[in-house]
Amino acid sequence: MTLADLCAILIVLGLTAYAVLAGADFGAGFWELGAGRGPTGRRARALIESAMGPVWEANHVWLIFVLVVFWTCFPVAFGSVASTLAVPLFLAAVGIIFRGSTFAFRGAGGPRARPLLGALFVASSLLTPFFLGAAVGAVAAGRVPVGNAAGDPIGSWWNPTGALVGALAVLTGVYLAAVYLAADARRAGATDLAEAFRRRALIAGAVTGALAMGGLLVLRDDSRHLYDGLTGDGLPLVVLSAVAGVATMTLLWRRAYGPARAAAAAAVAAVIWGWAWSQRPDLLPGELTIGDAAAGRPTLVAVLVGALVGGAIVAASLAFLFRLVLSGRLDKELPPRADAGSPVP
Amino acid sequence: MPPSGDDPSGRLPLSADPTAVLSSLALQAGGALGGPVEQEHLFQARQLQALSLGWHIVIVCFGVAFPVIVLVAEGLWLRTRDPLYRELARRWSRAMLVLFAVGVVSGTILSFELGMLWPEFMATFGEVFGFAFALEGFAFFVEAIFVVIYVYGWDRLSPRLHFLTGLPIPVAGVAGSLFVISVNGWMNHPVGFDLVDGRVTNVRPLEALFNTHVWHEVVHMQLAAYLVAGFAVAGVYAWAWLRGRRDRYHAVGFAIPFTIAALVAPVQLMVGDWAARSVAENQPTKLAAIEGLAETTDGAPLTLFGWYRDGEVVGGLKIPRALSILAHHDPSARVQGLDAVPPDERPPVNVVRVAFQVMVAIGTGLALLAAIYLLAWWRRRGPPSSPWFYRAAVLAGPASIVALEAGWITTEVGRQPWIVYELMRVDQAVTGASGVPVGYGVVAGVYALLTLATVAVLIRMARLPREGAG
Ligand code: HDD
Ligand code: HEM
Ligand code: HEM
Repeated sequence: MTLADLCAILIVLGLTAYAVLAGADFGAGFWELGAGRGPTGRRARALIESAMGPVWEANHVWLIFVLVVFWTCFPVAFGSVASTLAVPLFLAAVGIIFRGSTFAFRGAGGPRARPLLGALFVASSLLTPFFLGAAVGAVAAGRVPVGNAAGDPIGSWWNPTGALVGALAVLTGVYLAAVYLAADARRAGATDLAEAFRRRALIAGAVTGALAMGGLLVLRDDSRHLYDGLTGDGLPLVVLSAVAGVATMTLLWRRAYGPARAAAAAAVAAVIWGWAWSQRPDLLPGELTIGDAAAGRPTLVAVLVGALVGGAIVAASLAFLFRLVLSGRLDKELPPRADAGSPVP
Repeated sequence: MPPSGDDPSGRLPLSADPTAVLSSLALQAGGALGGPVEQEHLFQARQLQALSLGWHIVIVCFGVAFPVIVLVAEGLWLRTRDPLYRELARRWSRAMLVLFAVGVVSGTILSFELGMLWPEFMATFGEVFGFAFALEGFAFFVEAIFVVIYVYGWDRLSPRLHFLTGLPIPVAGVAGSLFVISVNGWMNHPVGFDLVDGRVTNVRPLEALFNTHVWHEVVHMQLAAYLVAGFAVAGVYAWAWLRGRRDRYHAVGFAIPFTIAALVAPVQLMVGDWAARSVAENQPTKLAAIEGLAETTDGAPLTLFGWYRDGEVVGGLKIPRALSILAHHDPSARVQGLDAVPPDERPPVNVVRVAFQVMVAIGTGLALLAAIYLLAWWRRRGPPSSPWFYRAAVLAGPASIVALEAGWITTEVGRQPWIVYELMRVDQAVTGASGVPVGYGVVAGVYALLTLATVAVLIRMARLPREGAG
């Protein structure tokens, strides 16, 4: 294991955290859309707001972490990726602006602004992960050559693989959000919402699983190299992901929401690690290995030491935050239930 | 120690053939992605970067200084148990959270843009200055975590614990600004590596992080943040005073932020002087542009106002030898003029000059306003009572923002045409992708919307009725 490998692991760790934490924040946007009007919809939206409010900014910082470690440790690869994939990254950045600001303004904006802010929030929650996923797909499929904007600005990501990974990024978020929200609803004592999100999580899980399976066929035609990797070296982790997915469904079925939360996150994490593992030692497949792309030794050492020290501080802070959140101490009170009869519109 | 590429003797003579010029410049720092590319929209790329940075930096001032203002109010509550302080702190903290969210998203777009617009810069030098950004990431984590705990924690944590959860925010803010500004300091004074055949080697990350240019920038920027946030928040209450709301609540809401800013304003003048002397040392060409000094001069005069045209400042007010005194504390010291570098290595003089003078004029005005306020407290134990004072106080917030932008224009435009001072030009760093003007247009539109929405939300929050505490 070289220093460069450790830095690459740092990036994959950050990506994983971003996917399982911030991914769910994006997915919550989809459930806003599905919440509908009326008192139940209002309760569902309040639940989403209360669940996301205290954590989304910290969750978002994982993306920043990934970017800064990427450009510090693998500058040439970063320059190539950022310039070739400028279009999806730009669209994702604009999406991030809309998603974050509409969420922040919602609480403070007037009642007249709410529907517009809500619509922008939902749209950006869906588009942002799509474009980020498409960019990851382009890297994984080996469509980013080394150079200043040397790759195809559109074709590199707007292709079956890019679209597939983008769609998977959106759907895994949607799925994770439903699982997490079921657990959050139970903690808030809202059994009606917990039931509703349980049902949604089961459906979203089935759809996401189906897309992931079907997606392998897409990859076989469109990115043979990636397909061979996932079904070769990466296979154990891909299988692990499938097992975790099935476990999540079982746990949801039994209303064990806490363990379901962990299993769902593990299913997503395992796919990411399966991809990373199968792609090793390449950073930009076919172009650049991790070793060739790495910055000089002093920089790598500095980043790793910094990550150790900074990581300890951040881990303690995050533990404090999540303890407060998961114990419900930062929760907001939900609006009252209309009646016990029909929990979901 | 400057990198070897900094050596002026290493610069190749200018030639009339533009391609020869380009290739000779490329030798200074051989681009890690393969050298310069065609980009007909370099200007728009720079404008896009400047717009995004200039927007972010205003919000960031609130991220740095607002938590301190809020914590002072809460601390006063803890000491006196006067509910009024608590009410102010609570109210301010909600605005702080909204601004923090906007700061996070506007900062994220910056990290994308650095790569999208300046890939050669990132690819060639990312390993040198990147360490600072990596540390900054951790500072943001801490800041994001505790801002949220603090704002959501009202009534849910014990008062003491609540106050304690606020303390990491300003600490992370100082650390974050140190790290991010370290990158800017490095761009202005690149150290901590060697250039061998145009390749970056032997990187010394700590030397790059703590480059000599960072210290005055960090201190000057921290103080600027207190000026912007303090005067802007106080301005809201000064406005209320002018509209006749002169109760204790509004008086205290004015006094806390204004006092903080007023204490900072005079110090900022001294730090500005320090900044100017560092620039004189590290970037003589920038100083020459700031002063409109065409030729290297012994005992150089300082010229106020005026417009630079054809090698001299017309219509300005000359103070003999003042520049030599200010820059080097010696009336006959030699000050390097613009003629020391070839014409295509000089920044646009008037932009830099006007921006600098605007900053200095506003800084002086703010210090005067602060002096009036502090004098009134000293003599009468109370704020001034003239409406003119409050009118000026309303203007002080926007004026600080103008000074802040002007200062950054001085720093950034004064560095042109270099993205990394004397090592890489912006045209060598820029992306080869097309569509830059489209991106510029979209971002300009989005930021116009975002500005309107942020202001509207803040106004709405300010108008919310008080919670009824005395
Ligand atoms: C409210 C804001 C504010 C005020 C009142 C002043 N400045 Fe400033 N100035 C800034 C805000 C600022 C800044 C935060 O915008 C800059 C940009 C980069 C930096 O480090 O600080 C800056 C840069 C900057 C630079 C360039 C530094 C460099 O390129 O490295 C100089 C020489 C000065 N300032 C000098 C002054 C002087 C002599 C002032 C006194 C009147 C002054 N500034 C007031
Ligand atoms: C503190 C960290 C900062 C960094 C790392 C940074 C970095 C950059 C980069 C990479 C560019 C593009 C290359 C160039 O034109 O030289 C740039 C340009 C510019 N930046 Fe900064 N910047 C910082 C702060 C700011 C701030 C806060 C402002 C606020 C106004 C600002 C204003 C500008 C302007 C006006 C330009 C365009 C200069 C020109 O093209 O003439 N910068 N900066
Ligand atoms: C890596 C990309 C960047 C991200 C993700 C980012 C994000 C942020 C965030 C989240 C904050 C704290 C927000 C607040 O306090 O309101 C912040 C603060 C700051 N940003 Fe940015 N920013 C980035 C790059 C830059 C650049 C290039 C500049 C240069 C102008 C800059 C200048 C600052 C400064 C001076 C602060 C204040 C220090 C602090 O609060 O920690 N940032 N940024």
